[in-house]
Amino acid sequence: MRGVALEKVIKRFGPTVVIPEMSLSIEESEFVVIVGPSGCGKSTTLRMIAGLEDVSKGKIRIGGKDVTWLPPKQRDIAMVFQSYALYPHMDVAGNMSFALRLAGKPKAEIEERVRRAAEMLELTDYLARKPKDLSGGQRQRVAMGRSIVRDAYCFLFDEPLSNLDAKLRSSMRTELAILHKKLDRTMIYVTHDQIEAMTMADRIVIMDKGIIQQVGTPRDVYNSPRNTFVAGFIGSPSMNFLDGELRGEDAVAVKGDGFELPLAPELAKRAKKTRGKKVVAGLRPEHFAVEASRAGSSESTYAKIRLDVSVAEYIGSSQFLAAKIGDAHVTAAVEAGPASEPMSSGNYLFDTSRVYLFDRESGNAI
Amino acid sequence: MPLSDSTDGEQDDSGRPGFNIRSLNPYLFIFPAVLVMAGGLVYPVIDAFYLSFFDWKIGMPFDTAPFVGLSHFKRMIMDADVWESIWVTIRFGFWTILIEMVLGISLALLLEKPIRGASVFRTIFILPLMVSPVVVGLIWRYLFDARIGWINYYIGKIGIEPQVWLGDAELAFFAIVFTDIWQWTPFIFIIVIAGLQALPREVLEASKIDGANWWQHILLVKLPMIKSIILIALLMRLIDVFRALEVMYILTGGGPGRATELLSLHIYNRAFDTQQLGYASAISVLLILLVFGLSFAILVFTDPLKEKSDI
Repeated sequence: MRGVALEKVIKRFGPTVVIPEMSLSIEESEFVVIVGPSGCGKSTTLRMIAGLEDVSKGKIRIGGKDVTWLPPKQRDIAMVFQSYALYPHMDVAGNMSFALRLAGKPKAEIEERVRRAAEMLELTDYLARKPKDLSGGQRQRVAMGRSIVRDAYCFLFDEPLSNLDAKLRSSMRTELAILHKKLDRTMIYVTHDQIEAMTMADRIVIMDKGIIQQVGTPRDVYNSPRNTFVAGFIGSPSMNFLDGELRGEDAVAVKGDGFELPLAPELAKRAKKTRGKKVVAGLRPEHFAVEASRAGSSESTYAKIRLDVSVAEYIGSSQFLAAKIGDAHVTAAVEAGPASEPMSSGNYLFDTSRVYLFDRESGNAI
Repeated sequence: MPLSDSTDGEQDDSGRPGFNIRSLNPYLFIFPAVLVMAGGLVYPVIDAFYLSFFDWKIGMPFDTAPFVGLSHFKRMIMDADVWESIWVTIRFGFWTILIEMVLGISLALLLEKPIRGASVFRTIFILPLMVSPVVVGLIWRYLFDARIGWINYYIGKIGIEPQVWLGDAELAFFAIVFTDIWQWTPFIFIIVIAGLQALPREVLEASKIDGANWWQHILLVKLPMIKSIILIALLMRLIDVFRALEVMYILTGGGPGRATELLSLHIYNRAFDTQQLGYASAISVLLILLVFGLSFAILVFTDPLKEKSDI
């Protein structure tokens, strides 16, 4: 199989097991984002693919070739680091051409490739500058440029945007996505930022404690999170979790402190099998609504739910309510009402077709 | 606010623009250090310069010493002994610094990795730096001793004739070069290893991914990145070569003949053996100018402090 594959990879640092056992296959020219909290093993995974870290056990294949014990330079990869890792003593052109010069490519070809990459990244005017004379965003582009000129089989990104300010980060995100389309190469991208993951990835790999929690398209992981970790990690603001119990013979509703929500038939059918068990109800902030906005729609899947609002954060398109349901703190994202009408405690609506249920013990989705 | 250009919006205490009693603070804090420097370094230099205009000998009250103007400097230009010791100093500096640099940098590159035992070896290795120069001189004088020295004993074991290390011009020169290398290679080593260990890990990894082999990794990435540190070490060693005195004084005293008489030792001998304090001062002015000129040239041509901001 082409692409990149990790086969039963285990990584230990001394007695500490960082990756208990991991298998993952990434298809050719796929853009995969590995996301997870810090210390989840995502960077270690990337560094093992790069060959900067040895695996303790298992195999790594790149482009169908077993590269497990090959040094980085024989893996046909390019990598962009969080700190950009530019060579401070070389100018931009020198940085970008370094790999090609080492490979002994003819001068004309090197110049042509650097020129093309510089054009693509709008760096043409800066080729003679040293990294210290560039802004953060420009350094980031040089780091990208350095990997582009390589024309490697696989591109690895280790949190490349986390040192940039928010505005630049979002424009670089777009550029990276465009770049991926242009280059049509396998790209593996590590980040702790779920928005980067959601916006750029063909598929997202969500990791926690060295274990892959879920692999899927952005829509998959958002709509059908496999467990509470994934559900809480993907989505912003993150999902609210409320302890509850299933009601009725056919698990028609979930009831907890301060709320009772009917369940969609599909979910109820699944929940029935686990009836009697305690559950966690997962409510995404964006599935709350102001009552007035839904008034009159007859076939509504919305049910009433009481929120004790303590603070409303107005962010323009909507507002975030920091509130309580029963004793539990929740966040709700609702339409911004007229300014004269501050959001207050009272009845709100929740889209019951979007209720998630998790097993309270295992955390797995029902 | 047309007058105030202070960025923090603070008003001057005195009410006068451009003056703030607080702006004196930095000068107050460095004043003691400046005082020590001035007393310990600047004054002797100026005094040496002053003395060089007088024909003052030891034991003679200074006010009876005749003023001779620039005649010491004229004499110096024609003085073959001075030129010979400058030549000895240059040869000595060339060999010691060259070998110390190569050895120190190589060892630093080898011992930089956190391999087992490296830290122990690193510690042992810098011990010579902690030994006082006088002690170094004494130790090596015994080691090089023709009759009771260990060196002759051990080369005898492998079948080499005993040598009169400190009595032969070539061998004595070798001995002071060797001793200097023994004492000062650790200095280069410690500075370079500190520089290497401060290099950002990701840049070194990037070079591996870019395909650099071992040599390219060192020559094209690592060493250029610590260039400024290497240059500073080089500069300090160069200045030290002109200051080196104690070890050679004890080891060879400049002999046999003038074979190991470095410029500093020559000045010392002039001043305290032949008692020509005035003339010795004139030569030391030359020494100061040489050191100053060399340091200046290195700083101008390489500008290590500016380059440092690269990293």
